[in-house]
Order: sequence, then C-alpha cells, then structure tokens
Amino acid sequence: MSIDESTAARVAKLARIRVEPEALPELAEDFNRILGFIEQLNEVDVEGVEPMTSVTPMRLKRREDQVDDGGHAAQVLSNAPDAREGFFAVPKVVE
Amino acid sequence: MLDLTYEAPKVKTIAGAKHDWELVIGMEVHAQVSSRAKLFSSASTKFGAEPNSNVSFVDAAMPGMLPVINEFCVDQAVRTGLGLKAAINLNSAFDRKNYFYPDQPAGYQISQLYHPIVGEGEVLVEMGEGIARRVRIERIHLEQDAGKSIHDMDPTMSFVDLNRAGVALMEIVSRPDIRGADEAAAYITKLRQILRYLGTCDGNMQNGNLRADVNVSVCLPGQYEKYLESGDFSHLGTRCEIKNMNSMRFIQQAIDYEARRQIAIVEGGGTVDQETRGFDPDTGETRTQRSKEEAHDYRYFPDPDLLPLEIEQAWVDDIAASLPELPDEKKARFMTGFGLSDYDASVLTAEVEAAGYFEQAAEGRDGKLAANWIINELYGRLKKDETQLADSPVSPAQIGQIVDLIKSDAISGKIAKDVFEICYTSGRDPEEIVETEGMKQVTDTGAIETAVDEIIAANPAQVEKAKQNPKLAGWFVGQVMKATGGKANPKAVNDIVSAKLGL
Amino acid sequence: MADLNTLGLAEARDLLRKGETTSVELTEACLKAIDAADVLNAFVHKTPEIAMERARAADARLQAGDAPAMCGLPIGMKDLFCTEGVPSQAASRILDGFRPEYESTVSANLRDAGAVMLGKLNMDEFAMGSSNETSAYGNAINPWRRDGDDTALTPGGSSGGSAAAVAADLCLAATGTDTGGSIRQPAALTGTVGIKPTYGRCSRWGIIAFASSLDQAGPMTKSVRDAAIMLGAMCSHDPKDSTSADLAVPDFESLLSGDIRGKTIGIPREYRVEGMPAEIEKLWNDGTEMLKAAGAKVVDISLPHTKYALPAYYVIAPAEASSNLARYDGVRYGHRAKLAQGDGITEMYEKTRAEGFGDEVQRRVMVGTYVLSAGFYDAYYNRARKVRTLIKRDFEQAFAAGVDAILTPATPSAAFGLGEMTEADPVQMYLLDVFTVTVNLAGLPGITVPTGRDAQGLPLGLQLIGRPWEEADLLNTALALESAAGFVAKPARWW
Repeated sequence: MSIDESTAARVAKLARIRVEPEALPELAEDFNRILGFIEQLNEVDVEGVEPMTSVTPMRLKRREDQVDDGGHAAQVLSNAPDAREGFFAVPKVVE
Repeated sequence: MLDLTYEAPKVKTIAGAKHDWELVIGMEVHAQVSSRAKLFSSASTKFGAEPNSNVSFVDAAMPGMLPVINEFCVDQAVRTGLGLKAAINLNSAFDRKNYFYPDQPAGYQISQLYHPIVGEGEVLVEMGEGIARRVRIERIHLEQDAGKSIHDMDPTMSFVDLNRAGVALMEIVSRPDIRGADEAAAYITKLRQILRYLGTCDGNMQNGNLRADVNVSVCLPGQYEKYLESGDFSHLGTRCEIKNMNSMRFIQQAIDYEARRQIAIVEGGGTVDQETRGFDPDTGETRTQRSKEEAHDYRYFPDPDLLPLEIEQAWVDDIAASLPELPDEKKARFMTGFGLSDYDASVLTAEVEAAGYFEQAAEGRDGKLAANWIINELYGRLKKDETQLADSPVSPAQIGQIVDLIKSDAISGKIAKDVFEICYTSGRDPEEIVETEGMKQVTDTGAIETAVDEIIAANPAQVEKAKQNPKLAGWFVGQVMKATGGKANPKAVNDIVSAKLGL
Repeated sequence: MADLNTLGLAEARDLLRKGETTSVELTEACLKAIDAADVLNAFVHKTPEIAMERARAADARLQAGDAPAMCGLPIGMKDLFCTEGVPSQAASRILDGFRPEYESTVSANLRDAGAVMLGKLNMDEFAMGSSNETSAYGNAINPWRRDGDDTALTPGGSSGGSAAAVAADLCLAATGTDTGGSIRQPAALTGTVGIKPTYGRCSRWGIIAFASSLDQAGPMTKSVRDAAIMLGAMCSHDPKDSTSADLAVPDFESLLSGDIRGKTIGIPREYRVEGMPAEIEKLWNDGTEMLKAAGAKVVDISLPHTKYALPAYYVIAPAEASSNLARYDGVRYGHRAKLAQGDGITEMYEKTRAEGFGDEVQRRVMVGTYVLSAGFYDAYYNRARKVRTLIKRDFEQAFAAGVDAILTPATPSAAFGLGEMTEADPVQMYLLDVFTVTVNLAGLPGITVPTGRDAQGLPLGLQLIGRPWEEADLLNTALALESAAGFVAKPARWW
C-alpha cells in the first residue's frame, strides 16, 4: 500500500484540514511510514475473532426520559467565536 | 379477529415516448420519537423554543461531553417495530456517521448502521376497497436529529440553532415496494396513522416531525418482478434520492416530476446518475444537490462512548403486551363487529381519537347509525366551524343519546338534527333537550287521531279533493305535523290520515 | 520540617490533621515553588486565587473536624480536564480562550474531596505525544538532568507537565490521563509514581477526549501510598459516562499492607524486546528479584500478541481521535481562522483546523480519517479491533492461570533530550509506548514505580499490570516493590 499525494490531499479534505500543496509529499511520506507500521497487523490470524466492542463489558447505562438540562443558552453561546441574536453565526452555507 | 384479504393494486404504467414505464419507489422516513428529552441528553425536545435554549453541553458537543441513552426512546423504537410487525434485535449498537456541517455539532451523527434495533417488518397500504400494497420494511434505526441552519437572516452569514440537535429520530427504511406517487402518499399516510396509534411519533409533518427521503427509479414492465424474484437490484433502474420531504403533496409532485425526467433521459439514450436531489416547491421540479465537495465518505464506526445496546426479551414482551389495537385490526373489527362499511370503517379509524370517539358513542348501540351521525352530521358541522374532533362540543355520550332517541322512536331523524344543533351550540344533553323542549315524537295514536279529526272537520273541501286525488293526503299529513309541532310520528300520521279519509 | 511543597499527600495530610500546618501554608509554599519554576513550563495556567480560596475553605473544614480524604492538599490539574471558568485547552491552539461552563467529574470529585487546585498543567496537544513536545504552550522540561550535563530533557508525555510538576515538588500530586501510557511513561521518566486504573474506574465526563475506548484518568504522585489516596478520590461511578463502571470504590489506602507473600508475578517474555538496553534489562531483573524476596512467586508467562499492540493502537487511537476532534470546527468555541473575502464554510473549517491543530494532531487525525474511509474500514479498523480482542485474551489467559500481577519495564530508556526524537520519523516516537499500550488496549490497571537510575543518574521505572478492578491488589504489590527498591532520589534543583 502506498499513499500518493492525491490520496493525501483527499484525506486532508475529508478531515477538513488545509494542507498546502507543497506539504503534500511529506504528508504522504508520513502516511506511508505509519501505514507501513500498521501493516504488521496483517500477520495476525484473526479468523473467527470478534472485534472488541467494549473493553470492560457491562450493560449500557440508560437515562430516564426527564428534562433536567438545557435552558442556558447564554452558557452554550459563551465561548462562541461569533454569536448573534442567540445563534451561532458561521459563513453562509450554500445548499 | 377477521383477517381481511387484499389484492395487490395494479401498477400504473407511465407512457414514455417509446415505451411504457413503471415506477419503483423506496422510502426512508424520519419520524421524531415522542419523548420529553433528547436521545442522548436531558434537554427538552419542545418545538418552537428560543434559539439554543433546549441545548445541553452534550448537544453542543462541548469538549469532554458524553452521551447517555434515553431508555424511553429505545422503548418507542421497539414499540414502533412491533407495530410494524417487525423483528426486534435484542443486540444493537450505535455508530458514528462522520461529516462536517454547522448544524452537526460533534462532526458526527450517532446512528445505527451496522446493527439497527429493528429488523424486517411490513406495512399494509390500502389503495381501495379490498386492494392493498404490502410494503416491506427493511429496518428501523435510532439516530440523532441535526440542528437547524437559517440562511435568510443575514446576507453573508448562516445562523445555527441547536434546539433540534440530538432529538431522537426513528429512520424507517422501506424496500422499494412502492409503485406510484399515490402509493407513496398512501404509504406515508398509513405509516403516520400507525405511529400515531402507537404514540411513538406525533406525525406532525409541518413541524418536520415526520419527513421522508424518497428513492425513485423507473423500469420497463416485467423488470420489477425479476428483481423481486432474485433480489438483484440491477434489474431496476438507477435511483435518485429526493431528500427531506415534509409534505404529502410535494412528495407526489416530486415523484411525478422525477419519473418524467428519468424516462426522458433513458429514452433519449442517456443514463440516470445516482444522486441526491432536492425538490423546489416553487417550480415543482427536482434538482441535483451535488455540492462542490467530493462524494460523501461517512467513515462509520461503532461509537466508543457507548456500549452495545442489549435489551431483554421479557422487556420486549412487556411492550408487546401493552401495544394498542392497530388500525388494520381496528378497521376489521369495526366492519365485523359494528357492521360498518369499508369506507366508514376507514374514515373512523384514520385517527385513533376518532376511533375511540366512535367506540364510546357506539358502545351497546347501533354502530352503523352512530357512524353515520359522526361522519355525516358531526364531521360536517365541525368542518363548517373549522374545528377538530378533539374540540368537539358534542361528546360521544351525547351522540349515543341521539342514536338511542332515534332508535326508540322518541324522535324522528329530522327532529334529531334539530336536537343535534341545540346540543352542538349549547352543550346540553340531547335527552334533556328533547324533554325540556317537548320534542318527543307523538306515537300515542289517540292524540294523533284527535288532531286528524280536527283537521278533517275544519277542511271539508280539502277532504273532497283528496278523495278524488289520494296524493293530496299529504296535505293533511303536513297539517297534522304542523299542529303537533312536528312531534307526531310521521308514519303513524300517514296511516291514520289514510284510514280516516278512506283511501 | 522540610519545605512544605516537597511533602507527599499522606505526610501533608497527617500534618494537617495534627494541626502542625495549614492548607494555606502548604498552598503558599507550592505557589511560591511554581512561580520559581517557570522555566520548567509545567504550570501553563496558574490559579492562585482559586487555590487560596479553596485552601482557606479546607482549613475551615479541618478545624471543624470535617475533613474529606484530600482536604487541603494542593495539586496540579492536567490541561485535559475541563475546569469551570478556568482555561482548559488540551494544550491546543484550537481551544484558545476556551473556558468551560462545567467541571469534569474527576476534578469535581477532587474538589469535593477538599483538594486545592493550583493551576493547569502542560501536556502534549490533545494528549497525543510521548515527550510533551507537541504542546501549544511549548515544551515542559524534566527537572532531572543527566549527571554533569545540562541538556534539557523531556519529562515524557503526554502528562509531561504533571510529571515535571510532581518531580520538581511544585505540587504534592497531579492528575494525569493515560491513553497509551501517558501517565505511566512520564512518571517513569521523572522518578514518580503513576497509575492508570481499569477502564471505567474514572469518569471520562469533562475530560477532553482523545481516544474514547482507551482514555483513563489517574493520579501522578510521589509515592504508592499517595497514589492510593488520590485514586480513591478520583474514582466514582458516573451516570453521565456510559462507560463508567457501577462498582463500589474500595478504600485503596486502607488495603495497603505491602505483604505480597504467596502472590504470583508474571514476567512476560515478549516484553524482552529486541535491542533492549542492558540497564533496562537489569532493572527488570532486579525488580523481579525484589518481588521474589518479598515472598512472591515469579513465573514466566507469554502474551503472544504483544508485538501487535502498537500497530493496533495506532489504528484505533487515531480513528477514534479523528472523530472525537471533528467538533473543533470554529463554530461553537475555541479558535476560528480569519477568513478571506469569499471564503465559505468549508474554508473556515479547513483554515481553522490547519491553524488550530499542531502537526502531530493533524497527522493522527488524518491517519484516523484514512483508516476509517470507505474500503479500508475492515482492513484496518475492524482488524485492529480483532487484534485488540486477542491482546485482551492474552492477559485473561495469564490471569486465569493464576497470575496476580505482571511486571514489565515501563519505558525502553530513560528520559531523552528534547528535540532528539523530533528529527526521527513519527514511528520512532510511537515505539516509546511499547510497554504501556497493551494495558490500555486490554482496559487493565497499570502502575509505574521508580526503582532505579541509569548510568547518567536518570530515574527508571518498572510497570506492574493488574487484574481488572483489582487496583487495590495492584497498589499493594507496587508498595512492596517501592519499599524494596527504596528509590528516594530527587532531581538536584537547577531551576
């Protein structure tokens, strides 16, 4: 498996991280080193092995259908880079 | 219980320029779970609150926040599954669907891709008397709703409200068993009806509590049967998905448009692109929503903040035991138990409240008569006032009284309408109205005879004419009715007039 | 009396209860030490007002005879814990200025137990790193130096600030978090004690997530006894964390006896990795002898999938991280990039995340994105989860065969110079976690104890791995090892 620059660019795009074109070769190289390391997993016989779903098995916790949160819009918005009229404001999303 | 049998409706063909075509439609319906709190947080689900007020730190995906599932939402999904005669999966799990969007605060939606809570079921969609489409349900899974982006408040910015973010949705996925725009609308109607019976979703389409993604493709006659036989989708045409429809009318328009568009493409020698499309209500057209960004890659994986959801069979059994009677069964029982027509039974079971109203009114009485009064008189009157059954000033017991008064010959059907109107406007009980207003019909033949005698004695000329022309006996009947204030039993009056005139 | 800031939790607690000192005095001593140690760059947000206020409140409780376990004891808080009204940014630019409106469960537990928070501690950005060199605050510096050499050394990572602060006596103890060794490795590199409890012991609520299925909080202290005290205060069942265990928390300290006679200690042969330095080998052998001498039975065991732990970890952790870090998008909190004319939402995301995340975080987020992407999920992520099952099974089999604890080296070497590893490729840095990641993958408790020094005088530690939920037993074995090793060295003060 070898990752080329266009794959690196695609992954960066999926992850929404801007990578300048000149940085792509090094990024692809890093990917290849890391993935090369990960490839070792192919040596393991995993036939019939269940993938781990929870490391400490227990029953999934449940909550009751009760409203005891919310009602604090000011706190929800207090850290926002741009909040207006009770909303989070972001550059226009074109549908 | 009587199991009504149905025939499948004929598939309508659509004439293209070259061939006839058939529609194949599958739907993904997003139904908001009726719950007080959200799926993974304790914030309220109430509609129409101030922006970002029904938002917990979990819903806003603040750093370090974790989901804990609302057990009631699980209950509601199971209930829905049982209502759709579906398999319940005792082991299900939550996955993250990763994508960036401002109203998706965590950058992922918690959903169930790999192991949904509900498996295969079905919905019977009636398309006429004795005709119904059986639509197979592929799965139902629980997932989070997104927030809302508002694009028209500012020229350069979009505004995000997270009140809706994290509200529980059931995504109900059908097989492509729907074969026309009318069937699609009927399917949604039926699904909505069942959900409302179950109490798991209020079905409010206007508020977006029930919305559908509609997958539409066209194929040549015969191809669909090949697909059914083999399960191989390649027999069908390429489908397009019309997203986020929350109006029955728009769904039908969109399907009609999409069918014409796809047929034109294929007949023109082109190929349909598999894509997501949106419906524009202004133009009645669908258009591609292929955004500038590359194709989606949602990178689903099991949510590590949650463990697999294991439920116990006994719990499912308890829910099953508490299921209400569902529309199909109720309709069958109304037809067999009360002798209602298919139409009347359908009308009265459309909403569970109406069915309940009817049953209260008809309890121990002539069901057909009660149905007539509800459907014709009550519904008509409510419609005139633009009122709902829930706000009806006439109670089921009062309809019952009217039925009883008619059946016991205490009042005529005509008087009954007057009694109904008084009851409707004043809220007074029909029995009391009849009593107080002296509207009881006179069946005492002695009293009627006296009245007839008086009129005959006072109108010798009319008597002569009537003897020549028996049709004029009606004049005497009218006079008697007038004299008795309409309370005389019309049949008794008729009989006595005829006898006295010697006709 | 020694300087108050050099005390451990147990000693300080005892003095407080005897009325021989006050929390205010302890806290002032620590604040003074912190101000004098800016060069270590351990404390990155100091909270003296909060500290003094809590110290005074603690003194009042002590006077009233109502003193909970940590009452009046000054500690440092890793920056990964959200602390209400106090900057909490996981050492990342992307959380610049973020002040949570909530307090993490663990820090709230400590606060409720009377602990005095002195400030927030440096760390690797989002806990991704093994040397504290990925921090947006700059490097934390190990108070230890090689004999006769003033090269600045790493305190390890990711809880490097915590380790440096405890080793330099800037606080009595500190919180850490451990996803692949981030408590145990820095503890080992600074001559301190660090324990990662069983996954589910400490609530993760309010701790900025790195890899959800691996993250656990734990204490970093000056002794095993202190670790027992502080762990007890940190743990709780938390209904807000679906993975938090609904189990009673034992009184770990009262269960400490140091008596390990009859216990079985496993020595896993797979941990004898290729190229292991002789002094690590010796340290391990010495530790084995110490436990034997204390009455334990020592057996060789096999954990055959050990070799695959690191590669599995470097699939699972980045995959989870890529998703956990998607929320840092410049919409609701933290940094938002300045946009150019015509930039839309996608540009905002891409610029914000490129500016906000450091190189290592970017690298891991993208690796995680890749391994989860269409077509690779089964080959990477699912396979790694299966290998994880096998790794856990290895341990289960060892425990089932009667092993009570497993003894391994903590790190492949002593602390290295800052910058020495940055030139190497990322994988070289990842190899530093070789002895610790298995424990996270299996969800087990693990503790490192300083037991010796290398040829240049730097501290070295050994790791003990216990059965799930049996931290008390593990701490007891660690106490025996600590007593036998008698490690008392302190870094010579140069700062």
